[in-house]
Amino acid sequence: MSDLLDDVFSGSSPDIKAGRLPGEALAACFADAHPPLTRDQADIEANRCYFCYDAPCVTACPTAIDIPGFIRAIATGNLPGAGRRIFEANIMGGACARVCPTEILCEGACVRNAQQHKPVEIGALQRVATDAVITRAEATGVHPFQRAAATGRRVAVVGAGPAGLACAHELARSGHAVDLFEARPKPGGLNEYGIAAYKMADGFAAREVNFILGIGGIRVFTNQALGRELDLGALRRDFDAVFLAIGQAGVKSLAVPGEALPGVMDAVRFIETLRQAEDKASVPVGRHVVVIGGGNTAIDAAVQAKRLGAELVTLVYRRGREDMPATTVEQDWALMNGVAFRHWAAPVAIEGGEGVRAVRFARTTLAGGRLALLEDGFVLAADMVLKAVGQSLDVAESEALPAIAQGRIVVNPDTLETSLPGVFAGGDCISGQDLTVQAVADGKRAAQRIDEYLKGRNHG
Amino acid sequence: MADLSINFAGIKAPNPFWLASAPPTDKAYNVERAFAAGWGGVVWKTLGEDPPVVNASSRYGGIGYNGQRLMGLNNIELITDRPLQVNLEEITMVKRKWPDRAVVVSLMVPCEEESWRRILRQVEETGADGVELNFGCPHGMSERGMGAAVGQVPDYVEMVTRWCKQHSRMPVIVKLTPNITDILKPAAAAQAGGADAVSLINTVQSVIGVDLDNMAPLPTVDGVGTHGGYCGPAVKPIALRMVGEIARAMPGLPVSGIGGIGTWRDAAEFLAMGSGCVQVCTAAMHYGFRIVDDMINGLSDWMDEKGYARIADVTARAIPKFVHWQDLNLAWKTIASIDPEACIGCGLCHIACEDTAHQAIRLSPGDAKRVYEIIEDECVGCNLCSHICPVDGCITMKPQQASQHLTWKQHPNNPLRVAEAAE
Repeated sequence: MSDLLDDVFSGSSPDIKAGRLPGEALAACFADAHPPLTRDQADIEANRCYFCYDAPCVTACPTAIDIPGFIRAIATGNLPGAGRRIFEANIMGGACARVCPTEILCEGACVRNAQQHKPVEIGALQRVATDAVITRAEATGVHPFQRAAATGRRVAVVGAGPAGLACAHELARSGHAVDLFEARPKPGGLNEYGIAAYKMADGFAAREVNFILGIGGIRVFTNQALGRELDLGALRRDFDAVFLAIGQAGVKSLAVPGEALPGVMDAVRFIETLRQAEDKASVPVGRHVVVIGGGNTAIDAAVQAKRLGAELVTLVYRRGREDMPATTVEQDWALMNGVAFRHWAAPVAIEGGEGVRAVRFARTTLAGGRLALLEDGFVLAADMVLKAVGQSLDVAESEALPAIAQGRIVVNPDTLETSLPGVFAGGDCISGQDLTVQAVADGKRAAQRIDEYLKGRNHG
Repeated sequence: MADLSINFAGIKAPNPFWLASAPPTDKAYNVERAFAAGWGGVVWKTLGEDPPVVNASSRYGGIGYNGQRLMGLNNIELITDRPLQVNLEEITMVKRKWPDRAVVVSLMVPCEEESWRRILRQVEETGADGVELNFGCPHGMSERGMGAAVGQVPDYVEMVTRWCKQHSRMPVIVKLTPNITDILKPAAAAQAGGADAVSLINTVQSVIGVDLDNMAPLPTVDGVGTHGGYCGPAVKPIALRMVGEIARAMPGLPVSGIGGIGTWRDAAEFLAMGSGCVQVCTAAMHYGFRIVDDMINGLSDWMDEKGYARIADVTARAIPKFVHWQDLNLAWKTIASIDPEACIGCGLCHIACEDTAHQAIRLSPGDAKRVYEIIEDECVGCNLCSHICPVDGCITMKPQQASQHLTWKQHPNNPLRVAEAAE
């Protein structure tokens, strides 16, 4: 390490490059991290489910999927029925099967934990059923659900992430016409841009979008951002209702010197670059990478940096392990992938010359319940620094926007309606759990409320 | 150490575990492997008259349950399809090599005295310990007037048994078919004919399943299927009842128990219900002959623990408590009890009781751990919840103090009740 620090301070150039691993190794690193269960595995696992009554797993699911029901259908060999049951509750059941922190949701509530310390693998079973239905829909071109008769109503959905897609789908199902606007070049939101590649292998995010749109009645317009190409006032005028699902597109800064040095980047941008790269060998990564943050984005960035071939990846979090927003399963996954963890330290400066070479940290402690920096600290060599300290609402200042508080759009918790009549919001842009499954739940609920709102206006 | 050796109707064996007459006992090769594994005896797969029968390709159908294979097996195989002389030579050789094991030969020939007389003489020359008369085979042979076609007519059972006793010095075991309304009738006929023992059950007539793609019963032979004989764990309760009825009605008649036996515990239950030895087939076909090792050890350990020195100490031990329904005490009551510590909150007991029984289980009030509790006033002690609960020992049945002894024979609701002595 001392040689390395000598290098750092003598100003040798940072070591950032693409193609650190041979192509085959890279392909293996970014393939499905948890391949689907085989038919036999699914049978064995499905038969572990007790088919609980008033099942705790269902209560624990934000979208209340009938989990015992779909698992029983798998056990009886009724995969189409299993998949339909899931999609009935959660049209993004395929993504949720891959990315849900099941250990704190359905699987955390499974009664098998109390008996055996080993829950039924609900997420993996959900993938079996949803994959089967999506694959069949792709082959036949027939969507499992049908639209209600057209209502003649038009709804604008802004943001084609999980909340927007779920809302659009439910609205389309109810017979409304939906225009879905997306700021980026592709729909899918975080599933397309913001989640580790090995969790969404084989283009699943795009396949899922196509599946969802397969119900019909949804027009997609990409490269349409609120405050840029879109104006909320105009949307309210042109549509019968508006749903805002604009997520948290902004990124928080560290506010330390050196943050602008080359080699310092937002973890979300790093992940996005990786996700959009056809050839992972084209994505540059540092030899020594420091990731700052303790959430799932930090974990996804750190593990993917390691899998791209970084020699040493250190994840630094300002509080203790138990305080990390990332679940223990995610933390263990990072540790298993060789990511080093440092807790109780915060960056105070990023150092370097033509590029970043090191990050200086101060140790932290809790003083009177608040985080305090200590005099003591350490320096980590770094060719690349990935910042993952949180995201924020990113919209142009506009008087047409609904009320915002603490960085989130304010909604009526029952109706998800904002301060502007006819404008609803959900997903990461409102307060609540920042989970795909919660966004889907918001989107679906908003669609139901919008449907009621539109019917109410019919009579009014 | 318990003594597992037996003398069953004059046939000696080092332990009570025999392989039933079936594919595992069709050849010297298999039988020798079984003896090497520790089986106490075999009933050689049924011999018939030459020319031998022809067996179909596709012979078994299986049924699984919740991911477990072979809860039940059915077969459409017939008796041995090898020439009689080959079997007789192999039996002779095997008995000579394994003198301490029981070698019983299963027989099925046409219902003519001469046929039986001839084959009995041939079997006797092999040195075999006894014969078992196959009056049970429910398919293929019965259509030719053999197997179950004989076993279902008590008069024939008695007649053939008598021939066998007349024409042979060997112990004669009569194997009974369960495909009959009253098992006591053929058992009594066998006894009247002089049988030394009965064995049961043979397989139950069955269609194991239907191929929904080809729309044909399973297993299929060139696209079509036929009924077969059902065996395996699923038939054990049927067999236990029939064995017990014979043991209760005909004390002293040795019974070889057959039907779904796969473990030492199954065997102990068959012994308790009146068997002097047991015969195994499906479990061996599922897992191989090595299962006998745990059967021997398990039974021996259990007998030691319970203080039973010999198999005979266990045989028919439960028969005094195998009563008719009318002798049950209707004044006795048991009530379910849920251990809140062990309860995992699956709710299965609640929904079963709520939907299909007596509305006697509710969610415990309070929002701590999700557990269920019994409404004692509503519980009739049916036991359903205790069988459904996936946690061993979580739901137990607590016997209540019985106020009196009141059977149906004495019950005031019974119009035909026997007047009490006091009245």
